[in-house]
Amino acid sequence: MIDLLNAIVALSNFVLVPAVTYGSQLALGALGVTLIYGILRFSNFAHGDTMAFGTMVTILVTWGLQALGVGFGPLPTALLALPFGIAACMALVLVTDRMVYRFYRAQKAKPVVFVIVSIGVMFILNGLVRFIIGPGDQRFRDGENFIITARDFKDMTGLREGLALKTTQGITVVTAVIVVALLFWFLNRTRTGKSMRAYSDNEDLALLSGINPDRVVMVTWLIVAALATVAGTLYGLDKSFKPFTYFQLLLPVFAAAIVGGLGSPLGAIAGGYVIAFSEVLITYAWKKVLTYLVPEALEPDGLVQLLSTNYKFAVSFVILLIVLLFRPTGLFRGKAV
Amino acid sequence: MSESVKNTGLFALVALLIVGTGVVQSWNTALLILNMGLISAIMSLGLNLQWGFAGLFNVGVMGFVALGGLATVLVSMPPVPEAWAAGGVGVLAGLALGAAVIVVAVLTYNRMPAGRMRLLAMLVVLVAGFFAFRAVFDGGVEAVEDVNPAATGYLGGLGLPVVLAWPVGGVLAAGAAWIIGKTALGLRSDYLAIATLGIAEIILAVLKNEDWLARGVKNVNGLPRPVPYEVDLQNDPGFVDRVTGLGLDPVTASSLTVKLGYAALFTVVLVIILILAQLALNSPWGRMMRAIRDNETAARAMGKDVTRRHLQVFILGSAVCGVAGAMMTTLDGQFIPTSYQPLRFTFLIWVMMIVGGSGNNFGAVLGGFLIWFLWVQVEPMGLWFLQTVTAPLAEGSALKEHLLQSAAHMRLLTMGVILLLVLRFSPRGLIPGR
Repeated sequence: MIDLLNAIVALSNFVLVPAVTYGSQLALGALGVTLIYGILRFSNFAHGDTMAFGTMVTILVTWGLQALGVGFGPLPTALLALPFGIAACMALVLVTDRMVYRFYRAQKAKPVVFVIVSIGVMFILNGLVRFIIGPGDQRFRDGENFIITARDFKDMTGLREGLALKTTQGITVVTAVIVVALLFWFLNRTRTGKSMRAYSDNEDLALLSGINPDRVVMVTWLIVAALATVAGTLYGLDKSFKPFTYFQLLLPVFAAAIVGGLGSPLGAIAGGYVIAFSEVLITYAWKKVLTYLVPEALEPDGLVQLLSTNYKFAVSFVILLIVLLFRPTGLFRGKAV
Repeated sequence: MSESVKNTGLFALVALLIVGTGVVQSWNTALLILNMGLISAIMSLGLNLQWGFAGLFNVGVMGFVALGGLATVLVSMPPVPEAWAAGGVGVLAGLALGAAVIVVAVLTYNRMPAGRMRLLAMLVVLVAGFFAFRAVFDGGVEAVEDVNPAATGYLGGLGLPVVLAWPVGGVLAAGAAWIIGKTALGLRSDYLAIATLGIAEIILAVLKNEDWLARGVKNVNGLPRPVPYEVDLQNDPGFVDRVTGLGLDPVTASSLTVKLGYAALFTVVLVIILILAQLALNSPWGRMMRAIRDNETAARAMGKDVTRRHLQVFILGSAVCGVAGAMMTTLDGQFIPTSYQPLRFTFLIWVMMIVGGSGNNFGAVLGGFLIWFLWVQVEPMGLWFLQTVTAPLAEGSALKEHLLQSAAHMRLLTMGVILLLVLRFSPRGLIPGR
């Protein structure tokens, strides 16, 4: 019995908690991708770099606040700086939309042209972020490190395995829940949100009903900027900030959005967790959990790791491919243009 | 101004830029740009086959280029007999077993009636097969990697002349493209883009982690060269006499000679591929590809096998990228998996092709040279620009130092701006295709 509890705690500590955290970050990123796809109808390759830009501004403001001696008690100062990051990111996406995308929207260009244009934007943002903050690793986490440390947990429960809960993990999940709740409230209950969904479902019909497309597009960009900045900041707090890593996040984020069904917000969230859990489960070394569960004679010799952690991209990709081959519209029936 | 005059002018301009580099900076730099420009032009041609001819959105160029690099190692490095003796059989048996498992799984899927049983049977085959594969494969890998890990720790290559690696790189990339095309080509363009992006990352992950194959992140150095070494030339009295007769310093002359040798080899390859691509474009096959690109449904209604043609052109384009990748690794003389980055090896090639003119082979070649020239030269130009701008700032001020340090990142910014400007004001590129 105790062994079973130990196994559950070890599993939570090394698999469930990290996967839920990572999944929440991916879900927020994927929501941004999926909204752009639903409303503006293209795959935004610049999304990873949009995340990086918002996070960069947050980091810079965080440093400023830290220099002024402003803190947030046990919570990271970055949360105070987050609104500034979001505002800057909103300004950025509105400027890019005005200067770049609007021209092609007016021309009714094909979606693939938008994708190529977003590659150009990706280059610019990538260069901009590296230019301002440099290509290196940046840490900006402060405040308490843990909600519960592994040792406290062991003392409390008397189990051999500890369950550590990092502050950043708690913050990620709580923030993600709040943000998603706000987003769904907005999409389902407000007039603007409803017009966005109408526009996404049927553009012509929405235009006939007198919905202002410019307004819908603007609101979409604003929401996407907020989501991207929050996702990026949470990821950076939890791990660390490096421009190249954020560019690479594009793949799992897209995988999450596609697995869930592009254009479906609910799908993006589900997709985020599917990708995160499969990445963590398949690259986790199961030895520790198994030693508690199986009789001693059967104890494994190796690490019982299905794939080395370096292959985590491969996992998200294989999931993506399986879903595309067997259910091309994704789990939640997104749109297939 | 007629079409051909304008195009000749554009090529002359690029030639002038490179020669100008030779006069202003040094001939060494100019030849470096020329050599990588030749390789970039080939990559751009390969991508143009896929996007310009057939409208396939491939953002996995990096993966094929890296496979070409792998071919260079596998063909030209000497084999490591101890490693083969220790674990060669295990590794090969493991790989064969892995391939067999996949074949059996696919057969199960194709032969059994659809339903729950089929899914279950396929899963059983895959899971059991995976564990069997790891059991056989891991032992072999461990044995191979334990053989003198500081110097080898891999199986080595075939010890053949390095030029043979170029076609082999193409074949390797073509093989990978076949597997990818079989699974992913049915997807629509956005999905294909993400799929190829992912596959390129996976290929890189394999190259970084499978030490038995090409030493992973420990890199393979000292690849054989198709041209003589500088030191040998400097020690050759005949060579020294000749160049001093021309009034050149033997050290500089040897380095230039080596680079010119590479340039000659690369030019031969570029010309061959360009001629083939041009013949293909103007052949009935090329017209069919363009018909498919412009209206897939209509082409299908005319009885064209769109899926097969897509697969064909995807393989051809990837093979060209693989050849270019092998040539690049040969030029570098070393294989460094960590140096492959998607911005540089996938998206920059896209910029080249779009700027040059997608659908036009000469456009793709022009874009390859022009963008590569800018990619190299924007850094010093950016530094000069920032020095001028920051000149009024106090010496040693933090802002000034930061700006000067960041000059290197100007190139990404510039590439983005160029791409957006071309897409906006000349969306079909400098030399538009038909």
